[in-house]
Amino acid sequence: MSELRLGFPGNEKKVEVPASDGPAPWDLGTQLDVVGGDHPRLEAPLKVSGRARYSYDIRFPNLIYARLLGSPHAHAKVRKLDLSKAKAYPGVLYAEDLTRGGTVRYAGQAVAGLAAISEEVLADALSLIEVDYEVLPHVVSVEAALAKGAPTVKGRGGNAGRARVRGRKKRVEAAHKAADVVVDATYRTQVQTHSCLETHGCVAKWSGDQLTVWASTQGTFSVRRSIARALRIPGKNVRVITEHMGGGFGSKFGADVWDVFCCKAAKATKRPCRLMLDRAEEHLAGNRPDSIQRCKFSAKKDGTLLGAEVRSLGTGGVGGGAGVFNPGIYSFQATYSEHRDVATHASRARAFRAPRHPQGVFALEGMLDELAEKIGIDPLALRLKNDPHPVRQAQWKRGAKEIGWSRRKASGSGTGPLKRGFGLAGARWKHNGRPGSVVLVRISRDGTVEVRNGAQDIGSGARTLMATLVAEELGLQPSQIEVHLGDTRDPVGPASGGSTTSPSIAPPTREAAYEAKKALLAQAARALGVPADEAKGWGLRAGKLTGAKKALPFAKVCALLQTETVEASGRGEGSDFRLPRFAREVAGCQFAEVEVDVELGTVRVLKVVAVQDCGTVVNALTARSQINGAVIQGVSYALFEERLLDPGSGRQLNPGLLGYKILGSLDLPEIVSIPMSVANGITSTGVSSLGEPPAIPTAGAIANAVANAIGARVRSLPITPDKVLAALAAGEEEK
Amino acid sequence: MAPDSESGFSRREVLATAGGAAAIAGLAHGAVLAQEAPKGKIAWRGPSAGKVRLKINGTERTVNVEPRTTLLDALRDHLDLTGSKRVCDRGACGACTVWIEGRPQNACLLLAIEVEGVPITTIEGLGTPERLHPVQEAFCQEDALQCGFCTPGMVMSCVALLKSNPKPSSQETREAIAGNLCRCGTYPNVLSAVERVARGGK
Repeated sequence: MSELRLGFPGNEKKVEVPASDGPAPWDLGTQLDVVGGDHPRLEAPLKVSGRARYSYDIRFPNLIYARLLGSPHAHAKVRKLDLSKAKAYPGVLYAEDLTRGGTVRYAGQAVAGLAAISEEVLADALSLIEVDYEVLPHVVSVEAALAKGAPTVKGRGGNAGRARVRGRKKRVEAAHKAADVVVDATYRTQVQTHSCLETHGCVAKWSGDQLTVWASTQGTFSVRRSIARALRIPGKNVRVITEHMGGGFGSKFGADVWDVFCCKAAKATKRPCRLMLDRAEEHLAGNRPDSIQRCKFSAKKDGTLLGAEVRSLGTGGVGGGAGVFNPGIYSFQATYSEHRDVATHASRARAFRAPRHPQGVFALEGMLDELAEKIGIDPLALRLKNDPHPVRQAQWKRGAKEIGWSRRKASGSGTGPLKRGFGLAGARWKHNGRPGSVVLVRISRDGTVEVRNGAQDIGSGARTLMATLVAEELGLQPSQIEVHLGDTRDPVGPASGGSTTSPSIAPPTREAAYEAKKALLAQAARALGVPADEAKGWGLRAGKLTGAKKALPFAKVCALLQTETVEASGRGEGSDFRLPRFAREVAGCQFAEVEVDVELGTVRVLKVVAVQDCGTVVNALTARSQINGAVIQGVSYALFEERLLDPGSGRQLNPGLLGYKILGSLDLPEIVSIPMSVANGITSTGVSSLGEPPAIPTAGAIANAVANAIGARVRSLPITPDKVLAALAAGEEEK
Repeated sequence: MAPDSESGFSRREVLATAGGAAAIAGLAHGAVLAQEAPKGKIAWRGPSAGKVRLKINGTERTVNVEPRTTLLDALRDHLDLTGSKRVCDRGACGACTVWIEGRPQNACLLLAIEVEGVPITTIEGLGTPERLHPVQEAFCQEDALQCGFCTPGMVMSCVALLKSNPKPSSQETREAIAGNLCRCGTYPNVLSAVERVARGGK
């Protein structure tokens, strides 16, 4: 047995673990040389010089281009689709009718595909496809879909799905009865689209029966599997490459109808083919569903939370996946929630950075502030009283100090047209590392170190993370390690979903480096004629051999190799993912300071402080970047973004980056990102999930800050000027 | 890669034979250009592809493109200069920012024929991975990139700013990159990178 020191300075816990023959788990007592430092991304020079080749940039001399034709109607039967004129157009090489079942259920749904020798020819030829539609009635909003006599989206039955129920109604009702304060309110959130800068799509190239796909994806292996399935060919015949990808955020996991069409076009024409969506199509390729959350929360006068009751609706369009993370985080005496997905004639929802969480936490944290207001207790005190998480308890205090929470005044008490406000919100996530990934580390006689895995870097800096872990084990710097990612010919790796990549890839990476180091040192000992027993205490640190008589530099140690290379695979299996944990969940919290113009209704976010539990911080530079990015998406979600569907036509009214607003540099608040290292003992590295959790609390914190500023609450996202003015007017009436 | 050379007959012949409103609508852009070109002064071009001389990064390159082909598509699909990205294709995001006579512009809003003979600088003309421009180096050090898709455009805007204003305030930098959208949220680090260069730091 050995002892691990888990937790963080100020809250330490000692845990006994069985000794293993793998690398010893890092804990609070471990001295790390490169892990935790600031390391620029290995691929940064390629990206800043425009040399990084994304899928969109893959080119061949005989490349052809493909596009899909979308339905202009939100609901229609395709009576007839005539491709003959398009096919006859000079330069068109391949055409396909994609109307499976003959019914389209959202505007923009693909009905046909074309491939041609140029984008210009494609544009012409698409207009030559003749489609005879029988237009049917449609619904694009939750309210319309639930109205009496509404057209049904999916076959028989109504548009409301079955209720997903959690908790006991009777218990929550009893809790409410015992309460001193009860708040009843309805919160709403909008549909948000991913707006990845690189749109979805791929380049496909066949060589005999072997297919290579350069896909813009966050799951190279899931694309391989789904393409093989769709084309009915063995997975081994499909190679997926994603060296760099321009954003996914949850919308790019499997092969889509456009990818499959692209592969088919390439096969039929025997030429490499590219199909990348245009911006309007990208808005159809996934979104965060909206929500309507009717909440009833109760508490005692002293701030003890009692009941939380939530009834929610939301639409994932023709797909499912709506739902909200509400209630949660805090210790309620009783909770009850009931959710229904509502089908509409809109494109399908997909996972979006912390699915269900930002929308749920916006309502949950709003309700807590409404309770605090009614009780007359400070919102921070209410959190501290009811938050069971040991890490977040420390984070609340840290964040409050950083934002200057003591400057917060009573809601709506400011004078003049510009009013300041402060707000806060919390987040929880899971330690989402999973076993099953394999990492190869290869050390060559010339001193080079190569790391290989087939997963992609979604933009988190996975390459640099792996290089840093290997460098730590081999006593080198991350820049000395060469990492190859994003090719399914290399060992299997995770899809980047649920913030799984870093925690899943870190343990096998460390294990592979550890094993390769052992093999290297064993060979070196043999070459130097040192008995194995004596060489047991050898190590590598600061570029040198340690524990030996002579501190040989790393390159000299490698030169002793009898074989050309030593290689080792790390599997990160077995006990590695089952170590005792300090806390079961990843914790985070954020504070926002805003300025609201009560005459114009405009909101400016001045500052956001984000304190985020990362497990072990491997690269502080990229960790801060990831938190910055999550906060920025959160501000954007809170104030600007909304997919607008025209009830009349069912089409998107803002299908581009001019109409669909994402945050730009002029709206950027000051952001203080604080990655917090917590030795959680989840694996030998303790690396945890970071991509999603900091995207959760931002909108809630901003909404609470706005309410504090103006003394009235906007319970609907995005918080646009019209809503601010309406909330102020309603507040006046109440007085 | 002209359509004509592969099919053996010209676009206008197709128009004449295939006919139909849809075909005419599809080619409207080229047709209008042809009508409005002042005869005599400028050689008549289009709607089929023709040779256009582009002065890119100090080198003259000839591309065979249609009049409606944007500078962005000419760069990416005809010259293999893929550093400029196609993101919105409507001048909303700045990912295709290049310099036209030294001034940043969206390559997706320019036709290749519009900038014939005009000095054009793309991201490829700025620095190489081995010999980065100081602004590019600062982007690396400050981690002013995540997925990196907006980055070339961001770099082009920042270098142009620093050329005209070597010590910009944070607000001036924000304004200079107001047309460059980033979805990963690299703005704070972009500001730091510009500040690092302005300070003369490496």
